Amino acid sequence: MRFLFKTDYEDDIKLFPHSGYVVSYGTLLAFLLIAPFVLSSYLVSQLVFVCIYATVGVGLMILTGFTGQASLGHAAFLAIGAYTAAYLQQFNVPFPVYFLAGGLLTGVVGALVGFPALRLTGIYLVIATISFGFIVEEVLARWESVTHGNEGMRVKTLSLFGQAVPQNGPAFYYLCLAVLILTIVGALNLLRSPTGRAFVAIRDSETAARSMGVNVSLYKVKSFAISAAITGLAGVLFAHKLSFISPEMFTLQLSIEFIIVILIGGAFSLHGAVLGAIFLVMIDPFLTYLKDDLPGIIAGIAATFGADSIAAGKIHDNVAAIASANGLKGAIYGVIIVLFVLFEPLGLYGRWLKIKLFFQLFPLYKRATFKRQKIYVKSERNR
Amino acid sequence: MSYFRAENLSLHFGGLKAVDSVSFAVEKGEILSIIGPNGAGKSSIFNLISRIYPPTSGRIFFEDQDITNQPAYDIAGLGIARTFQNIELFENATMLSNLLVGRHRHSTTRLWQELLFLPSVRAGEKMHRRRVEQVIEFLDLEAYRDKLISGLPYGVRKVIELARALCSEPKLILLDEPSSGLNVEETQDMSFWIRDMKTELGITVLMVEHDMTLVNRVSDRVIALNYGRVLAMGSPSEVQRHPDVVAAYLGA
Repeated sequence: MRFLFKTDYEDDIKLFPHSGYVVSYGTLLAFLLIAPFVLSSYLVSQLVFVCIYATVGVGLMILTGFTGQASLGHAAFLAIGAYTAAYLQQFNVPFPVYFLAGGLLTGVVGALVGFPALRLTGIYLVIATISFGFIVEEVLARWESVTHGNEGMRVKTLSLFGQAVPQNGPAFYYLCLAVLILTIVGALNLLRSPTGRAFVAIRDSETAARSMGVNVSLYKVKSFAISAAITGLAGVLFAHKLSFISPEMFTLQLSIEFIIVILIGGAFSLHGAVLGAIFLVMIDPFLTYLKDDLPGIIAGIAATFGADSIAAGKIHDNVAAIASANGLKGAIYGVIIVLFVLFEPLGLYGRWLKIKLFFQLFPLYKRATFKRQKIYVKSERNR
Repeated sequence: MSYFRAENLSLHFGGLKAVDSVSFAVEKGEILSIIGPNGAGKSSIFNLISRIYPPTSGRIFFEDQDITNQPAYDIAGLGIARTFQNIELFENATMLSNLLVGRHRHSTTRLWQELLFLPSVRAGEKMHRRRVEQVIEFLDLEAYRDKLISGLPYGVRKVIELARALCSEPKLILLDEPSSGLNVEETQDMSFWIRDMKTELGITVLMVEHDMTLVNRVSDRVIALNYGRVLAMGSPSEVQRHPDVVAAYLGA
């Protein structure tokens, strides 16, 4: 186990507390940089989705994980970013301009959503953000002069400084990776400055935050704006990656997927946002694989246990019908969330910390270390 | 003119008069204690001063400025810090970040500077950290810097809350039952710290307290309340001998 001997206040401000971090993150970065040359184009494409989802995850983490304001409307922020890009592209606006415009516009919308959110907490805030999502979806479908309604919009290939950046090439992957890394660094910077601490203060006790001089309303709006702006930037990349956008892509289910990213990754940590994004992007092909192969496997098992070919065929068809049922994906996501909340509330990142601690303390690790302690109920808690 | 003044302060919840036309003044550099039976309205007065509740009527003045209608987050900026009866710390953060939130009213950096963590932000962080370390040393909290609040015992949390209030470098500090839940030894430490806050840091102290030993040891003056009204005001011994106070505590 490593003991840090701190000699300077700088030691508590640094992004990499000791050389071990530099080595491990350096290795990770090196791997990510050579990834397009060693991985199949399918995996690189999945990595691009990981980058985009992780960027949204970082944005949502700032709002939900650190400021404690739940949101089920982030698909709408993503949509605003994506549509801004598609719309401005028609007028030959260069990429850097509409990229920033997408972030800025979404940030402004996020701040506007933040205002009604000032008076809402918990489940009521969730409902308000869901309604915001529906409103945006509806506007995208109806405002045909701008969004082409349900026909959707084609997004032209990205061109940066006169160079075409096709959405399946390595250059686009590097762009998404760079955006993700810059977002993470920005978020880390924010979290180690007064604003980030004010966010955490609001999450844990609004009354105390206020009495320490934090303008709670202002900081909630700031948090919404920052979170939305980051999601808007991801939306621009999302539009380019899919090269076609339509309103039905930005539904409640997408917002729930973003919640899965931070919940399963592990709330209260930016690592969690990235891990959750990896999990979410991986689970989709896994589910497709199950859908295609599970009926055959189960029918095969039934056949080995003596079912005749007609019965096996029936089993195959029934399982296939269930596997391709509408809304099954949403149900599976729901089950995953419930299981994680029950058995691993700290998420994948929490599990990683436990594994790390197990080896650090090797024979002395106690399971109770991470047990959530029950604290007495506050009787006169000021709201 | 008094340093801090409450004039005819009232707080009514429907027919219940939690605070009923209370007037008092705090002189610069003194320690004033508010005592009274449960439900006398002591904490309500604090919540009025820190603007958690708007008063039904009455005015509050600090340094000759009317602060009755200031928003709650401005009160800290004026130099009034407080602690809470039922500890309101930021539970899922380390002690250091709790104390650094106490420095919030002194932070001058802007959002875009923080996103880039410019040298000015870095310098600010170090400056805040130095001030925080002074408070940590003052209150003997060196052992807990990187500990999460949720894992710390009650007595330590109580001191950390005091530390957070001191980190904002207040001119007036409101202590809501600083000794509740502390053992005899910790209460003694607390009484030394309260006196030191006055003599070394020059902070004016207004506190609500039930422990009469602590009140007698540190207070310059005492106000006794019951049913939201002032019963008696004066030196600790005067107030304790006052017939109305005796009646309020022991029955007539």
